[in-house]
Amino acid sequence: MLRFQLWKIFLVFSVLSLGVIYSLPNIFPPDPAVQITFNSSGGSFNDRVVENIRSNAEKKNINFLSVENDENSILFRTNNYSDQISLKQHFEESLDNNFVIALNLAPNTPEWLKSLNAFPMKLGLDLRGGVHFLLEADTDLLVEAKLESSISNLKRILKDISLKPAALEIEDTSILISLNTQQDADLFTEAFQRLNGFELEPLNSSDYRLRLTNEELEQMIDYAVLQNLNTLRNRVNELGISEPVVQRQGAKRISIQLPGVQDTAEAKKIIGKTANLEFRLEAENRTSLASRVERFPFNGREVNLEKKLIISGDQVSDASVGYDENGFPQVNISLDSEGGAKMHRSTRNNVGTKMAVLFVERKSKTELIDGIPEVINFFEKRIISLATIQSALASQFRITGLDSPEEASELALLLRAGALAAPMDFVEEGTIGPSLGADNIKLGIQSLLFGLGLVLLFMIFYYKIFGLIANLAVVLNIVLIVSVMSILSATLTLPGIAGIVLTIGMAVDANVLIFSRIREELKNKLKPQDAISAGYDRALITIVDANLTTLIVAVILYAVGTGPIQGFAITLSIGILTSMFTAILFTRMMVYFIYGRRKEIEKLWI
Amino acid sequence: MDLTNISFMKIRRQTTVLSIILIVISIYSLFVNKLNFGLDFTGGSLIEIRLSEDIDSLEEIRELLQSMNLNDFQVNYFGSNKDISIKVPGGEASIDESLLIQNLKQYFDFEVRRQEFVGPQVGSELRDQGGLGLLAALAVMMVYIMFRFQYKFALGALLALIHDVLIVLGFFSFFSLDFDLSVLAAILAVIGYSLNDTIVVSDRVRENFRKKRRSDSEIAINRSLSQMIGRTLITSLTTLLVLIALLIFGGETISNFSIALIVGVISGTYSSIYIVCNTLLSLKVTSEDLMIRKTEVLDDGMP
Repeated sequence: MLRFQLWKIFLVFSVLSLGVIYSLPNIFPPDPAVQITFNSSGGSFNDRVVENIRSNAEKKNINFLSVENDENSILFRTNNYSDQISLKQHFEESLDNNFVIALNLAPNTPEWLKSLNAFPMKLGLDLRGGVHFLLEADTDLLVEAKLESSISNLKRILKDISLKPAALEIEDTSILISLNTQQDADLFTEAFQRLNGFELEPLNSSDYRLRLTNEELEQMIDYAVLQNLNTLRNRVNELGISEPVVQRQGAKRISIQLPGVQDTAEAKKIIGKTANLEFRLEAENRTSLASRVERFPFNGREVNLEKKLIISGDQVSDASVGYDENGFPQVNISLDSEGGAKMHRSTRNNVGTKMAVLFVERKSKTELIDGIPEVINFFEKRIISLATIQSALASQFRITGLDSPEEASELALLLRAGALAAPMDFVEEGTIGPSLGADNIKLGIQSLLFGLGLVLLFMIFYYKIFGLIANLAVVLNIVLIVSVMSILSATLTLPGIAGIVLTIGMAVDANVLIFSRIREELKNKLKPQDAISAGYDRALITIVDANLTTLIVAVILYAVGTGPIQGFAITLSIGILTSMFTAILFTRMMVYFIYGRRKEIEKLWI
Repeated sequence: MDLTNISFMKIRRQTTVLSIILIVISIYSLFVNKLNFGLDFTGGSLIEIRLSEDIDSLEEIRELLQSMNLNDFQVNYFGSNKDISIKVPGGEASIDESLLIQNLKQYFDFEVRRQEFVGPQVGSELRDQGGLGLLAALAVMMVYIMFRFQYKFALGALLALIHDVLIVLGFFSFFSLDFDLSVLAAILAVIGYSLNDTIVVSDRVRENFRKKRRSDSEIAINRSLSQMIGRTLITSLTTLLVLIALLIFGGETISNFSIALIVGVISGTYSSIYIVCNTLLSLKVTSEDLMIRKTEVLDDGMP
């Protein structure tokens, strides 16, 4: 008699039934769909708008399955990818630019599965098509800005203790200070304690170098990247795409994935905009020193502006498009309390003076420097409005003088979505067409089925009944991998499918180890029951050892890898764990069901 | 089949020579041909297009690209006569992909299947990270085997892994196949696989040494290998079957991944037999090396 405890049977069956339920949503293929949302100008989909868009689509004679809508979006399900593309093209041509049109995959999960919280796996960009970007924060500029603000802080501190340095300047990434006397130097080193985030390096008795500490630097970058992450999320949300992914990658990078988007240029325009606004007063000739003004062209003449800002775009809490009495576009702006106070303080004493709104955009160009191409970043600033301050402004005011409604809505969007704390550069970008995505799914499933078929045939041929049991285990293993991926809402990618395929090949290894051991023990003239027990028990140590090492490799892969490697590592690790379950517990239970309750076994079909 | 006693170790000198020759060729090729690093590692731009009809020659596209002042680029078929990949490695001033696509559209009818841009910084970082991952994997393995077995086994496993990695790298360098991120993943998977094999074989060697304390090392190893050869071949065969399915049906994107794994699995199977056991014999492994320590709980007797 073989033994197999009841609780193990119970365990196997509960795991398997959970596995089946949670992998089920994946067998309902999603419909290619077109999703329409309002852009930043806002609006809601009432019945009239929906009916308009629907009849617009019907006119064109493109087949679609159904239309679903809520307040924020409409979803057209279609039969296939070519209908999807032509529907999208049709909408792009016929709808005005208040709408954002994106490709989407609409899940078909039945209600009863949804109620169990069972949802299909997410598909990676390589399987569903889309755009991805990797952005990197430009920390040089961040340091530069920090040094500039620190130097003015330092000046104030020195003024407090009436100390006049011989020289005070920025050199590369540090501040240099020269002092006249030893006494001054002593005073300075004492006052220096009040300046946060710097370390002091004496060059000689009177010269010092002030360097940002590493912690300060890290903290600064961390803070800036976190804020950028937030800003980019807002901007991506403005694009109205379903299931965008915006996540931090390493210290300085942010990765963005936009499924269903095909137009890199458009997405880049919104995401990559490192634009900001500056509000400044016009400099009055008599009071202003030349070093404190900056010249800008505006409407064919030169305007002198104070270098000092009143506020910048960071302090804008809301912005929306409106129209003035004459029907010209304007942007209504709300400031946060700090910005409002600053605005009030500056404008209160300057009624009658002009205030300029500067549009600051970071651009880059490639130039040959000593024959080597180098990317140079620079700021382009232009005045977008210059108006006389009629009365003291507070936290609510408006900008007029914009050229077009488009410019107004873009400006409002950028102000609303926030400014970037540090400028970001695109270091990686990619587009995967929807047809390539669909092909990749097809190829992945084809190779999965073919590989599986070959292994199943071989196992039956070589191990007969036991082979059949191992085959069941392999199939269940795939079900379990899929269900674990779905529960973890992990993303399936093409390398991920490769990981599953590889797991199939390696999962049978455990059974091969067990079965060849059983054969061996049979040859050693052990009774069939004893051979089975010995086979399972002896092989167990080997299996655990072997699988554990592969698992370690998979974990390392996940830790050091990015995108595609991680996709592979995830399915491989899940596969190793589930395969140990199916190959050891499940097959042993099956063997017990077949041979366990007989008193005498003549021969094993192995 | 009766595989109970094959003298695997009889040809250990010949296999040593074979391994050395293969490794020398690999290293030579790595120095001379270098690795053909893919876009992931070099940085640059990649555009994959599908033309509406087959074209027989890529000359026209090449000329068009040259007329756009691009010099250092590669144009290749990608799986069929309709699918074309255009690669512009990093280093050259950043190219404007959308301009390039617009220009091509004037002469050809096509659909853009994939478009990638990788900054040079990202590329070199990935290369460093990848190398680091490889070393980390090897180091952790060593420690694990030393802990579970003994240092002679760890050394054997390490040599086997280095052998496998070098052979796959050499293969890619020799045939100038694209070495990208997916191939790096494959190499790490090969490390896992080869180690798996090594441990299964070592496990049996340990068991046999413990069973018959007095026997000759070579005989014990031969017996272990004979007992395990069936399992080793079957597992390698099933893994190779699915890999071949991946290679045939998986499409261009993962074909290099499949090739790396196929080469690695074959090399890993061979190395777990010859490299590992050869090392054990050369280090004069004895049953004393594998005495069961008191703390170890190991089911070694008959039930």
